[in-house]
Amino acid sequence: MFPIVKAEKLADRIYLMEVQAPRVARSCQPGEFVIVRTDEAGERIPLTICDYDREKGTVTIVIQEVGASTVRMCRLKAGDAFADFAGPLGNPSELIKEDPGTLKNKRIVFVAGGLGAAPVYPQVKWLHEHGVSADVIVGARNREMIILENEMRAVAGNLYLTTDDGSYVRKGMGTDVLRELVEKQGKKYDVCIAIGPMIMMKFVCLLTKELGIPTVVSMNPIMVDGTGMCGACRLSVGGKVKFACVDGPEFDGHLVDFDEAMKRQQMYKTQEGRALLRQQEGDTHHGGCGNCGGDR
Amino acid sequence: MMDMTKKVPVREQDPKVRAANFDEVCLGYSQEEAMQEASRCLKCRNARCMGGCPVSINIPGFIKEIENGDFEAAAGVIAQASALPAVCGRVCPQETQCEGVCVRGIKGEAVSIGKLERFVADWSREHGIVPKAPEKTNGRKVAVIGSGPSGLTCAGDLAKLGYEVTIFEALHQPGGVLIYGIPEFRLPKDTVVKTEIENVKKLGVKIETDVIVGKSVTIDQLLEEEGFDAVFIGSGAGLPMFMGIPGENANGVFSANEYLTRSNLMKAYRDDYDTPIAAGKKVAVVGGGNVAMDAARTALRLGADVHIVYRRSEAELPARAEEVHHAKEEGIIFDLLTNPVEILTNEKGWVRGMRCIRMELGEPDASGRRRPVPIEGSEFEMELDTVIMSLGTSPNPLISGTTPGLETNRKKCIVAEGDTGKTTKDGVFAGGDAVTGAATVILAMEAGRAGARGIHQYLSEKE
Repeated sequence: MFPIVKAEKLADRIYLMEVQAPRVARSCQPGEFVIVRTDEAGERIPLTICDYDREKGTVTIVIQEVGASTVRMCRLKAGDAFADFAGPLGNPSELIKEDPGTLKNKRIVFVAGGLGAAPVYPQVKWLHEHGVSADVIVGARNREMIILENEMRAVAGNLYLTTDDGSYVRKGMGTDVLRELVEKQGKKYDVCIAIGPMIMMKFVCLLTKELGIPTVVSMNPIMVDGTGMCGACRLSVGGKVKFACVDGPEFDGHLVDFDEAMKRQQMYKTQEGRALLRQQEGDTHHGGCGNCGGDR
Repeated sequence: MMDMTKKVPVREQDPKVRAANFDEVCLGYSQEEAMQEASRCLKCRNARCMGGCPVSINIPGFIKEIENGDFEAAAGVIAQASALPAVCGRVCPQETQCEGVCVRGIKGEAVSIGKLERFVADWSREHGIVPKAPEKTNGRKVAVIGSGPSGLTCAGDLAKLGYEVTIFEALHQPGGVLIYGIPEFRLPKDTVVKTEIENVKKLGVKIETDVIVGKSVTIDQLLEEEGFDAVFIGSGAGLPMFMGIPGENANGVFSANEYLTRSNLMKAYRDDYDTPIAAGKKVAVVGGGNVAMDAARTALRLGADVHIVYRRSEAELPARAEEVHHAKEEGIIFDLLTNPVEILTNEKGWVRGMRCIRMELGEPDASGRRRPVPIEGSEFEMELDTVIMSLGTSPNPLISGTTPGLETNRKKCIVAEGDTGKTTKDGVFAGGDAVTGAATVILAMEAGRAGARGIHQYLSEKE
């Protein structure tokens, strides 16, 4: 069992948890992920690592309620424990493999969408600790959905916030901010790292292609084992089949087939919804809504 | 009077009934049936069956004990050579091993060795016979990576010799392919597999789950920082292969590994688990091995019409004869000498069918089997909503990529000596699918046994 030492609600349906997982904490790097399972009946959920403390042996994750398994996961409190917390999985971020000397001369911009701020944070923090300051753009639906603002501010060079509805700082998407920074403020970037919903990463990539900025994205497809065994997380990158778990999760964003990846992400939508409904309504739900199949 | 040339028939669930449930197909022998079948054994002095067994079980020895009605003694004979008899009795390809060389088979049917082994193992479990741990350990620590058949066998053998063994398992449940791959109806998890794993633990073996060696910890760290004197790698086969045809990333195309893992390990077929599975109504499984049969029969039980699509003919099907027979009985349709060329999708990216081409057998290829060649102009379409690719696997890079000094071959399999499991790295041994590529449970067990021998020899000489 993996005890939860801290559980905190960050925004509507978004929770942060710090988990005792000494093996993961000892070896994890920014960009990697873990597979978490709440209990015996739960699914194996891949979650990116948000922070880690090697001395305390803890790893921080951020979870959003989407299906039955994540809803149950988010109900856990400090003092509870996860049945499984396996990792780290995937490859570390490309950035941390580079020579710190050359990295210092690189102009880096991160674009985080919604929950994407969580996996962006450890990379920005790592750069900060190695004397590299990166610009960070964080976009969310509204003020409530901006997460890790203070933490990010402490490690980012410049932090630019934006909300879809204008309820905080400014109105617009992350892509709008990036375009302004480059076209109006004359900023130049050598690399962009975009992490967030697939649709957001797709649009960042379309923009950076136009602006000529090499872009790295972190893909979060459906997974089962996370170790290369099942192939559920496969995607097309530059016309080749890649597994997000062992070949990624980071890929050259200009080569990823986002349309195919987004279609694949829909695969279990109905089944996940079905399990969620069954959980919320229990035996009282007998279908009739016509789409959930609860009466099956 | 029984006909001594024929096997005592084994009771099975009716095909029509079992096609809709996940309960075990074969019900096994009763005591009387087992004793009767045991009486068919000729107890050959030069027993060819033992030579046909990869782990050299004393087959006439245990069968003699069954005939005498001393089932505990029979279990003792098997335990000298195998740690997983309830598994092997169910999944070994006996027709090409022990039973394939049985003298009874020359003029009639071979003795039903597999079913007798299974009977003894099931009887032991039901009567609470458990292996005993050695009284004291020798103080030497061995790490075993992977808790599948090779890892469990290696760990069990070493524990019996007094080693302190820890198995590291990447998934949340130990058992490897016995848990995630082979379905419930062929190998019951709660009764058979869990008991065999418990028996290995009773020998003193520790199992740590959720540890991905190569990521959570490296082999060098195990040897240098965690105090292990030797390591056995039994990490299994690895990454599923795909055909590389158009449409293969469409929704509704799965690897057999994913499909089976969702159903077996994650229990998607049960309503009390969260795991989703796209059950499918019209399913094609591409491939002809045991894994293909398992995937097809799982899909059938989830309510689908199922076709096996295989590019060679029936004679070349690599699956066990019993699996093919059971699959046919249950109503799975075999489209032989047929090869997919494209997966057809609808506007939403879901599978709607598969374009295939008919094949014919040409000259023998490198494998000695006649090479299938496409018949020009024979393309046709199948209407489907799900395609399961069961084409084998390629080795997982997680360990080989993080262990300096560990050599791999052209196919990226770990290089290891057959009779000791010795790799190119000092103190590191390997066996099973990680070395040979996808093979069978019993061959992995043989390799686990060899690895234990190699490690024992290595550590004894080091002293």
